[in-house]
Amino acid sequence: MHVPEDAVVSSADVALALASAASQNGVQIYDRTSVLHVMVKKGQVSGVETDKGQIECQYFVNCAGQWAYELGLSNEEPVSIPLHACEHFYLLTRPLETPLQSNTPTIVDADGRIYIRNWQGGLLSGGFEKNPKPIFTEGKNQLEIQNLQEDWDHFEPLLSSLLRRMPDLETLEILKLVNCPETFTPDMRCIMGESPSVRGYFVLAGMNSAGLSFGGGAGRYLAEWMVHGYPSENIWELDLKRFGALQSSRTFLRHRVMEVMPLLYDLKVPRWDFQTGRQLRTSPLYDRLDAQGARWMEKHGFERPKYFVPPDKDLLALEQSKTFYKPDWFEIVESEVKCCKEAVCVIDMSSFTKFEITSTGDQALEVLQYLFSNDLDVPVGHIVHTGMLNQGGGYENDCSVARLSKRSFFMISPTDQQVHCWAWLKKHMPEDSNLLLEDVTWKYTALNLIGPRAVDVLSELSYAPMTPDHFPSLFCKEMSVGYANGIRVMSMTHTGEPGFMLYIPIEYALHVYNEVMSVGQKYGIRNAGYYALRSLRIEKFFAFWGQDLNTLTTPLECGRESRVKLEKGMDFIGRDALLQQKQNGVYKRLTMFILDDHDTDLDLWPWWGEPIYRNGQYAGKTTSSAYSYTLERHVCLGFVHNFSEDTGEEQVVTADFINRGEYEIDIAGHRFQAKAKLYPVTSLFTHKRRKEDVELSDLHGK
Amino acid sequence: MCVCPGPRRIGIPVRSSSLPLFSDAMPAPTQLFFPLIRNCELSRIYGTACYCHHRHLCCSSPYLAQSRLRCTPPPAYATFCRPKEGWWQHTQGRRYASTPQKFYLTPPQVNSILKANEYSFKVPEFDGKNVSSVLGFDSNQLPANAPIEDRRSAATCLQTRGMLLGVFDGHAGCACSQAVSERLFYYIAVSLLPHETLLEIENAVESGRALLPILQWHKHPNDYFSKEASKLYFNSLRTYWQELIDLNTGESTDIDVKEALINAFKRLDSDISLEAQVGDPNSFLNYLVLRVAFSGATACVAHVDGVDLHVANTGDSRAMLGVQEEDGSWSAVTLSNDHNAQNERELERLKLEHPKNEAKSVVKQDRLLGLLMPFRAFGDVKFKWSIDLQKRVIESGPDQLNDNEYTKFIPPNYYTPPYLTAEPEVTYHRLRPQDKFLVLATDGLWETMHRQDVVRIVGEYLTGMHHQQPIAVGGYKVTLGQMHGLLTERRAKMSSVFEDQNAATHLIRHAVGNNEFGTVDHERLSKMLSLPEELARMYRDDITIIVVQFNSHVVGAYQNQD
Repeated sequence: MHVPEDAVVSSADVALALASAASQNGVQIYDRTSVLHVMVKKGQVSGVETDKGQIECQYFVNCAGQWAYELGLSNEEPVSIPLHACEHFYLLTRPLETPLQSNTPTIVDADGRIYIRNWQGGLLSGGFEKNPKPIFTEGKNQLEIQNLQEDWDHFEPLLSSLLRRMPDLETLEILKLVNCPETFTPDMRCIMGESPSVRGYFVLAGMNSAGLSFGGGAGRYLAEWMVHGYPSENIWELDLKRFGALQSSRTFLRHRVMEVMPLLYDLKVPRWDFQTGRQLRTSPLYDRLDAQGARWMEKHGFERPKYFVPPDKDLLALEQSKTFYKPDWFEIVESEVKCCKEAVCVIDMSSFTKFEITSTGDQALEVLQYLFSNDLDVPVGHIVHTGMLNQGGGYENDCSVARLSKRSFFMISPTDQQVHCWAWLKKHMPEDSNLLLEDVTWKYTALNLIGPRAVDVLSELSYAPMTPDHFPSLFCKEMSVGYANGIRVMSMTHTGEPGFMLYIPIEYALHVYNEVMSVGQKYGIRNAGYYALRSLRIEKFFAFWGQDLNTLTTPLECGRESRVKLEKGMDFIGRDALLQQKQNGVYKRLTMFILDDHDTDLDLWPWWGEPIYRNGQYAGKTTSSAYSYTLERHVCLGFVHNFSEDTGEEQVVTADFINRGEYEIDIAGHRFQAKAKLYPVTSLFTHKRRKEDVELSDLHGK
Repeated sequence: MCVCPGPRRIGIPVRSSSLPLFSDAMPAPTQLFFPLIRNCELSRIYGTACYCHHRHLCCSSPYLAQSRLRCTPPPAYATFCRPKEGWWQHTQGRRYASTPQKFYLTPPQVNSILKANEYSFKVPEFDGKNVSSVLGFDSNQLPANAPIEDRRSAATCLQTRGMLLGVFDGHAGCACSQAVSERLFYYIAVSLLPHETLLEIENAVESGRALLPILQWHKHPNDYFSKEASKLYFNSLRTYWQELIDLNTGESTDIDVKEALINAFKRLDSDISLEAQVGDPNSFLNYLVLRVAFSGATACVAHVDGVDLHVANTGDSRAMLGVQEEDGSWSAVTLSNDHNAQNERELERLKLEHPKNEAKSVVKQDRLLGLLMPFRAFGDVKFKWSIDLQKRVIESGPDQLNDNEYTKFIPPNYYTPPYLTAEPEVTYHRLRPQDKFLVLATDGLWETMHRQDVVRIVGEYLTGMHHQQPIAVGGYKVTLGQMHGLLTERRAKMSSVFEDQNAATHLIRHAVGNNEFGTVDHERLSKMLSLPEELARMYRDDITIIVVQFNSHVVGAYQNQD
């Protein structure tokens, strides 16, 4: 790919230019001064202790690159910034006979894992090798920095691919091999944002060797963040709060960056799971499920089953399984989905973040009414789906809250919300010793019993009537399951399918699981994983925070007006913005697309991020997609915008606007026709099988 | 024609305990051949067989001459040879009927054969420091005989300091080498024990108290000990230490290692001989002790204690010291003398030990009495006992022994026994920091590789990583092409070294697979390892190797103390 306006800049020059511009505007720069630690008063940055004295300040930005981790730890209340350095080598040569021109394009050979560019008429060439050398695991070590060695043997594969690509370079004379460590993060995305624990402590680090290219944009977003309290774009994927202290083990980081660094030049395929730093957080059922063929994915350090490989089935080897087409697990997930639709499946969903909020008086209800857009003043035992919004009405979190008693609430949110949600709650809750917030994620194992027969399994295990009359949808009851008492049973499944979530104190997890599986046998029970769940929820138009919803999307933009109670008698966060939006209309709308002429077997699959075309005009991008085994079509979710044909300005999107368009989804350059829907397909909610469709195989165990 | 006397020739059934050894030692050829036969791909096998056949015809003499022991074939051999010849004709006949196809083992198959018997021991560290002058050792065996006749042993002396390592090359079966590998180190350790310790052990036996352990063995799972003979062996050993106790006059003298080694060797050989003469009421044991005595074994044993290295050698196995010169190059220092016809002093000794009129017959065709290649060995009572004694023992022995042509056969020109001794030649060497390792190996290695090559290959293997200095450009004019060439060469060297985690395995890979250029040729390696067991012995001998690595820091520290 040739980018004509591509340019090469020197990081040192850019830094100097920025520094002198800043100085001209009155910024003071202290050279040769090291920061000892950041001073904090009442959870707010108050100054910086340096080896030359103190400096008072309101904001502190940790941009210490590969030392950011250590600087973060130097605080009294440590700030976890998970990153780790690897040695990085690049070669400098003497000028070519005809020295290279400064406009020589930069060349990247991803297969050869190298980049090549002009450097003073000669070459600068480095790469991201398959076997990186992590460094500074033990921390900053002056001795090591001074002794950073050129390692030619290590550079050999990169040199070979350079000469393979450009054999004529053989005669070029070497100037030197530079060893310049670079910093990498556990997920190859940089780290920025405010610390969850110290207000005014910002971080911008872990650039994964792309500091110079990303620096400008990252700096701008961070500046916005500091000035306005939030950046102008959704950058959750870069937010420091996507990590917690659990990703800060040096061993974990050392192992993980060895996998991350080669990824820079690898083909990145959808649904790829990191192979290093795994099995950190597991449910008590991990071994049981693993023995039954579970394949795992990891979220926030937690192992979650993707699907279960039947004993008679072989999947492709890891490397061969990389694909943008129909994946090898297609039939496996299909049978799991089918079982969810016709019988009952159990999915271990223990990774979800679980908080409990209790108070002595009405404080808990009050604070939740202020933080959440839906009305939580419901009878005890009810479950409320609600957003936790920011001032702009955007989703900071999307949760289910169960009212356990008059004064206590149980809150379930996505797995990677553990740090962010906690920080948000802490930030907005009054300092009140009578109000208790507790993270109980680790205390419960969560089993999702999905399917029409879930009710049979559960009633057999609890001797309690579970019919909708006794246990309507979105209800929560503590009951006994098997020998175990005090299991929190909730009539919801996160998919729109009938069934129950079981929140089980971990010591009962194995017992309850075993009971459910053995009683469930006659109802055709089987294990299922997150891929089945994903297919089910997307075909039902269930949006998920972190994938479809983010801090810049409001409930009104995704058809969730019913989950907002503007008149509940509390001026909750984001209410004003929503009121305004209600009046003015929305500028984007989450829409479900059903691909029409897409061949599942032969065409490239949609994954996410595919452009949406309305009447031939670009209208937005998809946010998630899945194959619906029921509709036998691919379903994509995505936001439709209304860009003015003349100015490109965003205009109001109405239901009429959506319904009147002809849509296409562009997958890798090929456009597929798509039906747009603002509400889920109703036929999916009727589960009755017609008598004449029953066949003998329906009597087989699943 | 001459044939190597394998155990089946002598008619001794394979002992049950050695069966697993056999099947472990040679897994690949059998596993590879049977499926092929099932698949009716016979032509492939014939292809291999024909390859061997050619080799057999053109280069048979040097290989067959290696056979350690040979006999004038009595009439019985004719019957033995006939089916063999028939087999050859058969394969040859079929060769023209089918196109020979190449059949090779894959590198992983080759590795699994080479690594089946590898063993490594690292001397444990205390407080992060290894105070022993031995860092550890690597050992391995590659069988040619089926079952293998070589044995190896390694043990740490627990009541004295020092470590014992030895290789044993059996002939006419593996009974003797097996017995020596189990027993010799105990004899040596007992010979080294101070009087008080001997007394303590004897008293413990007498009063039924717990015994002091003497040896800590370092064994590969395939290195077995015979359970049945354990009691018999113990009683002989006990008699030995009781005599040592009785001989002691009370004044404590420093034990001389050299003397201890010689005494131990001679004593064990005499016990082997006595046990066979006395016999055992248990018919299994009776047969066992006879098999041990009538078969033979050479031994090459090293005793390392601090900087004191003693090598006791009986026969034609060899101990070779790897010395690194100041310029980093490797040289070999031989620490043992081969006891065979190539050794003038041995020829001289034999002539002196027997009357002048036997001077021509005692060594014929470079063999003792025209039969035995090593001039010193354990067992082999046929070269030690008088004719009378041999006849008497054989006649009173079990039928199996009586039916055996080899045991009944009396060497020609057998006038003044004994012709053979187990007395070792002991070499002392004081270790220096430049002495990096010791290679103990049976003649299977030395007849295929020059000692200089052995030391160089092991030296480069052991220091491979550490001694490849990092490259720095620093001011020199180097082009990308030159650097690339240099790096590719270094990588090739490295990858051949790191295929093996065991120096002995690495050496065997070279010994079997080296081509005329001195580098491992996979094709050759694959052919050599896929020989059917009936043929393997024609192309190579059993190979057993122990590579002991010394701790230069500790050795250097000893030197500084003095």
